[in-house]
Amino acid sequence: MTFLNFLISGISLGSIYAIIALGYTMVYGIAKMLNFAHGDVIMVGAYICFYAVSRYSMPPLVGVLLAMLVCTVLGIVVERLAYKPLRAAPSLAVLITAIGVSYFLQNAALLLWSSNPKVFPNAFVLKSVDAEGNEVVKNGVELFAGQLKISYVTLATILICIIIMLALTWFTSKTKMGKAMRACSEDKGAAQLMGINVNATISMTFAIGSGLAAVAGVLLCSAYPTLVPTTGSMPGIKAFTAAVFGGIGSIPGALLGGLLLGVIEIFAKAYISTQLSDAIVFAVLIVVLLVKPAGLLGKQIREKV
Amino acid sequence: MANKLSGLRKSTRRNFLTYALVILAFIVLQALITTGSISSSLKGMLVPICAYVVMAVSLNLTVGVLGELSLGHAGFMSVGAFTGVATAILLQDVIPMAPLRLAVGMAVGAAFAALAGFLIGIPVLRLKGDYLAIVTLAFGEIIKSIFNNLYMGVDSKGLHFSLLSDTTNLDETGTLIIGGPMGIGGIQKISTFAAGFVLVMITLVVVFHLVGSRAGRAIMAIRDNRIAAESVGVNVTKYKMMAFVTSAALAGAAGTLFAANYSTIVANKFDFNTSILVLVFVVLGGLGNMLGSIIAAAALTILPEALREFSDYRMLVYAIVLILVMLATNNPTLKSLLARLRPGNREKKEAV
Repeated sequence: MTFLNFLISGISLGSIYAIIALGYTMVYGIAKMLNFAHGDVIMVGAYICFYAVSRYSMPPLVGVLLAMLVCTVLGIVVERLAYKPLRAAPSLAVLITAIGVSYFLQNAALLLWSSNPKVFPNAFVLKSVDAEGNEVVKNGVELFAGQLKISYVTLATILICIIIMLALTWFTSKTKMGKAMRACSEDKGAAQLMGINVNATISMTFAIGSGLAAVAGVLLCSAYPTLVPTTGSMPGIKAFTAAVFGGIGSIPGALLGGLLLGVIEIFAKAYISTQLSDAIVFAVLIVVLLVKPAGLLGKQIREKV
Repeated sequence: MANKLSGLRKSTRRNFLTYALVILAFIVLQALITTGSISSSLKGMLVPICAYVVMAVSLNLTVGVLGELSLGHAGFMSVGAFTGVATAILLQDVIPMAPLRLAVGMAVGAAFAALAGFLIGIPVLRLKGDYLAIVTLAFGEIIKSIFNNLYMGVDSKGLHFSLLSDTTNLDETGTLIIGGPMGIGGIQKISTFAAGFVLVMITLVVVFHLVGSRAGRAIMAIRDNRIAAESVGVNVTKYKMMAFVTSAALAGAAGTLFAANYSTIVANKFDFNTSILVLVFVVLGGLGNMLGSIIAAAALTILPEALREFSDYRMLVYAIVLILVMLATNNPTLKSLLARLRPGNREKKEAV
């Protein structure tokens, strides 16, 4: 039963990684850039939600929506100001700019919200009144006579991840904008010739990725409630690893990579060693890339001579 | 033939200019130190600047000359720092002369970093592009995790190692040298600005000779077109490995220099952010341009210190400066303007 417990928390952590990895993978697929600032957008989203809920006592759902809105706007603004002028520049220049944006967001957060850790409120609780009239706060369900405990955060995370995946798959395969995105990721020049507005499509990709990052930030901080300006960086790196793991540029790959990474991390923590869990996660990544150099679901592009 | 000769002379002239500027900077700074007209904060930064210069030049060998993005360069620095400083501590009684002990420490640090570079290079160099980059990142994090959990002590029976928890069981004469997350404590500060200068010069000699040699041309051929290079008989794996291991060894020596400048050193100092910091020096200085790396490393190490009057805002200003510089250097209008200002400027080769 403990195994099942670990598996479920692994899937939950993996779902968060998957949602973040989506942002990386979509932006990489379309703009061919590693957006290192993505992890910090998560942190911004979490802070917005935190202040909306605990300072201005808005309902949690409104807080999440507000965070999504702010992050979406942030994503578009950053793309316009920092990445758009570098469309034709070498990829390393864009990478360094992304790192600059990441520093900027972290330090702006440090100035705005200070480095004191904030305790993120858990919005995923059920309040009820028992027979004696006392208020009972439940934060999860218990199965098999209390042997298997699943918190509502875990359930919500997995559920939200599934919904996002389904919505995104529908969006990219059925809608006009989604098709434009796939066309741009395949061949920008040809897409432009077909009358697709490439710049608008790239902006849209950043908007979606950043909006998802806000959701991921709220879920991450609900499960691990300490919030500091560097909260986003390690999950960001892990999610980036997850995206590569599954094959960067591929949406199902991000899901698979995220889930596997989350499960491996929790299992490594539980059964091998807490301190070495990161090393084990990265070691598995290296082995996978050696066997499948383009990730699990990535397309192997043959070089033409 | 004449074209080739003038090209050669140009690169030689460039190398000599780099040497001359480094020596000049050393003499000027040394003179300022002896006359005491240098602020103590800048004086304290001279050794780290030298270490970062070596890091930047060595990473430029991987990123600029070999053309492979590495996001784990700090890992090699970490290997060099821990092995080099541990060696220096062990040899404290054997070699009383500090500069010699530092030199031996650096050599050991470089050797271990080269070994790590070789072992990591075997899997890494089979991959391409961003996948290679992510694997170097992964190795950097693994090295950090290992040093965070490694315990090493010495007693009358010799060296003892343990992983995860301190089970070295030293006798009463023993001392713990590497203490897991506590790192190495009680380091004698044996690094000096002169030692840093010597290391920078050695690095430049090694890198310039490698780049100018037959091997260097093979490495650049691989960077420009791997398939074409392979088809004319260049041994791709061998030359890639040569560049990668050289780069790792130099980073290891820089790590020893850096660590021996502080009294304690922990593994978390050499994390992903440090790798990125060095990468910023390389890209800002120009890929394949060693002088650029040196200037960028020195300037960007001093910049946060120089921005001290902005206090809380200095890292914010640093980030903005970084973004603006990248936007300005890649602005097509500005680029063509600069190209027109410098007559007879040859067409810039694309580095990546």
